[in-house]
Amino acid sequence: MLLYALRRLIYLVPVAFGVSLLVFALVHLAPGDPISAIVPPDAPKEVVDKLKEYYGFDKPLPVQYGRWLLVTLSGDFGTSIGTGRPVAQEVGSAFGNTIILAIAACLVAFSLAIVLGTAAAYAKSRVVDRLVTSIALVGVSVPHFWLAIVLVIIFSVELGWLPPMGLGPENATGWRLDWPHIRHMILPTIALSVIPLGVMTRTVRSTIKEILSMEFVTALQAKGMNDRQILFHVLKNAAPVCLAVMGLQAGNLIGGSILIETVFAWPGTGFLLNSAIFRRDLPILQGTTLVLAFFFMMLNLTVDVIQTFVDPRIKRG
Amino acid sequence: MAIQSPSLDLGAGAAVCATPAAHARGYWQQVARRLRRDPVTLVCAAILLLIVASALAAPWLGLADPYKTSMIRRLYPIGSPNFLLGTDELGRDMFARLIYGGRLSLFMGVTPVALALLIGGTLGITAGFLGGRVNMAIMRVMDVFYAFPSVLLAISLSGAMGAGAENTLLALTIVFIPPICRVSESVTTQVRGFDFVDAARASGAGTLTIVRVHVLGNVLGPILVYATSLISVAIILAAGLSFLGLGVKPPEPEWGLMLNTLRQAIYVNPVLAALPGVMIFITSICFNLMSDGLRAAMDVKA
Amino acid sequence: MDTVMKDRGGPAQPLLLARDLRKHFPIPGGLLGRATRVVRAVDDLSLSVEKGETLGVVGESGCGKSTVARLLMRLLKPDRGTMVLDGDPVDEPHGITVNELRRQVQMVFQDSYASLNPRLTIVETLAFAPKAHGLPAAEARARSRDLLAKVGLDPNSFADRYPHELSGGQRQRVNIARALALRPRLVILDEAVSALDKSVEAQVLNMLVDLKNEFGLTYVFISHDLNVVQYLSDRVMVMYLGKIVEIGSVDAIYGDPQHPYTQALLSARPSMDPRKRTREAPIQGDPPNPIDPPSGCRFRTRCPFAEDVCAKAEPLLNASGAQEVACHMRIRGSGHTKAP
Repeated sequence: MLLYALRRLIYLVPVAFGVSLLVFALVHLAPGDPISAIVPPDAPKEVVDKLKEYYGFDKPLPVQYGRWLLVTLSGDFGTSIGTGRPVAQEVGSAFGNTIILAIAACLVAFSLAIVLGTAAAYAKSRVVDRLVTSIALVGVSVPHFWLAIVLVIIFSVELGWLPPMGLGPENATGWRLDWPHIRHMILPTIALSVIPLGVMTRTVRSTIKEILSMEFVTALQAKGMNDRQILFHVLKNAAPVCLAVMGLQAGNLIGGSILIETVFAWPGTGFLLNSAIFRRDLPILQGTTLVLAFFFMMLNLTVDVIQTFVDPRIKRG
Repeated sequence: MAIQSPSLDLGAGAAVCATPAAHARGYWQQVARRLRRDPVTLVCAAILLLIVASALAAPWLGLADPYKTSMIRRLYPIGSPNFLLGTDELGRDMFARLIYGGRLSLFMGVTPVALALLIGGTLGITAGFLGGRVNMAIMRVMDVFYAFPSVLLAISLSGAMGAGAENTLLALTIVFIPPICRVSESVTTQVRGFDFVDAARASGAGTLTIVRVHVLGNVLGPILVYATSLISVAIILAAGLSFLGLGVKPPEPEWGLMLNTLRQAIYVNPVLAALPGVMIFITSICFNLMSDGLRAAMDVKA
Repeated sequence: MDTVMKDRGGPAQPLLLARDLRKHFPIPGGLLGRATRVVRAVDDLSLSVEKGETLGVVGESGCGKSTVARLLMRLLKPDRGTMVLDGDPVDEPHGITVNELRRQVQMVFQDSYASLNPRLTIVETLAFAPKAHGLPAAEARARSRDLLAKVGLDPNSFADRYPHELSGGQRQRVNIARALALRPRLVILDEAVSALDKSVEAQVLNMLVDLKNEFGLTYVFISHDLNVVQYLSDRVMVMYLGKIVEIGSVDAIYGDPQHPYTQALLSARPSMDPRKRTREAPIQGDPPNPIDPPSGCRFRTRCPFAEDVCAKAEPLLNASGAQEVACHMRIRGSGHTKAP
């Protein structure tokens, strides 16, 4: 178990190396050079060269990569070209906000999905199953950024019940657990939870349906167990698969909240990334992408290890 | 002592086996027959066909000019005379723009999946069939891309490369190669483990012949079904990139971009502002249902 | 390609000789995923197959029977060892290529369903190998239809069917026909009838005998069913954990088994005679793990006669009676108290 976790961690090293290479390459995919974005086009050549030297853009690519990797590994993600603040600081505070939203969306999506999926799998009536399958289908098909706009139109513009954007009341700094802040979270949470809700409901439904058709369930019934006791066995068997999909969805939620954060002006990593792209603030783009990718990798690793722990059939290492 | 029933001979066996054959039916014929009997899939296919056909034929449908702006007739409501679905923030005919918008939106959704199918499928089948070091090399590279949440990867790539339809296509293709490659690799590895592949190897046939005759026929189906399930994701993602301003540039009609530019109108004409999203929604739901139908039709057991 | 392979070395030269074949499968493990342990599936095994004979191979599941089959076909590359086909070394500078070996040696697999491509019709499956060897498509199809008739399936009703439309016995007949499509000299039957119903099994076995006579074939017949092996074989080879423990003529092995493992196997088979009812299981437990086989004689952990010498030295195959046996009890001066 521990050995397995350790081996997976070692295995991540080359992947992490590849990830860093890809993130580094992002800057060089950009048209022109990164400096031209921050200096006016008529800036004197000496100033441009000086800036290039300052940011290290005058060196050959492998040298640049090596330097960047070393500096990054030491925890220094560079300075934002746009704001001049350290990238780590910018990404750090944004990351916290993204996580808050993601946790809320996960809670909503996963708990609802488990209830709906189980209900559909157990449903004797086709109506319930059809209804749940339709909800799941809408969840995976709806463009969630459009849903966000529709929510704003209904609940903010038409009804005026909920605020259309922002983290909290205007003069507040940072997030706190109180009603004014939670009010701001409701719409983004709903919009963000539709995709994982759809995916998870499908997963839970099909997994439980498959388990219910297995012979051990019949054996349990024959033993005289009541439905609630059997449900426990079924859920225990469904857990590993569902857990794996949940992990992936949670990760996608954090990496994929950019559209929702943009619609609601929620100051998270997605919002930061979006503004960085339009200011051509490449250090921020790199830093955010790197942090999110590493978080995603670690999350996948954790889910993987937990899964082996939960599922006795998987014996690894 | 000999085997228990030595009296049986070959003649009897041959007689048993010579049962008259039902008309032999190929796998794909069975799939087609099942699809024809699936009303949901048929309806979805019809809707998609309508959207695609009208998008393709848009210039000949006698629609208003989707680029023609007018400062005086901005944001007409739905049902206005001469403007069936009203006008947008620059006074352009919404109906025409929604129909024309299908061209780019569908193209931006389907093309990356098709390209990724070609590249990722080839890589995955190669990795799966050859196994060993080739498999290691290909799949480890894919793992690097897998370390990114897909939306993040798409946005970071197209964000770094800059806005534009070509960059969006490239970014989305890169995003969809790893999952298609992984699925192709796993089905191919599975098929390669079957004895009929060993039997083909034992017959002395070349690798390419074996792949063509014995592997492709068995893996293309599942890979294709998986790829169709990605189209809806691709359409939403492409629209999302345009919505962020990373995709198609104005004034091209494209559903995601239209959603973006109409956002300023949500206080004036909210229903109008939501219209392009309805198109994305319908298209995506139809692709999903069709993919489900195809999956069910192809799941022919024995 | 159409010529039947001519006999080259005369009837006395073995059709296939294998010497010191070894196949160990690495098990990935350890911190860096490097293989630290191996499954010793086949360990330094030598055998010869005489022309025109049927060599039966028996043993419990997991003893390496199928690995031997795949090694002989070169579907697996042996870690070491040499093979000689009718005087020609295989895969060596002056010998024949693996592909030429595969033309003359064919194989029938156990799982009749998995060994047929579900997307191809029967005739397409049968024509595949001849076409791959350059036979024109029409000829390959004609030959396939002939073969179908030879294995007792009416070409008119079976040629254009798909595998799922056939019964297990019919599918196995197709598999046999495919093995014959290249006109091989040696056919390896790996549990080819084990999955069939008893009555169908008997039909297929009889057909195999007829085909052997008609085409002058040589068989390696692998099975865990001792009765079937006895019915079909001229010689029998008994395997235990990747090693041969006893090999000899079918009469010698069944009439006077020398190795305690063979004796146990034979006494364990069901008898039709109620007076010969087996009262207790002759061997207990499962075979040991081939990852870490016992030292010396691999059977000693389950052998009622095991002594110290059995743990120390590995018994080599040694003539005893009419057969060869790998047991210290049959080796003169081995140190075993029961040794002659």
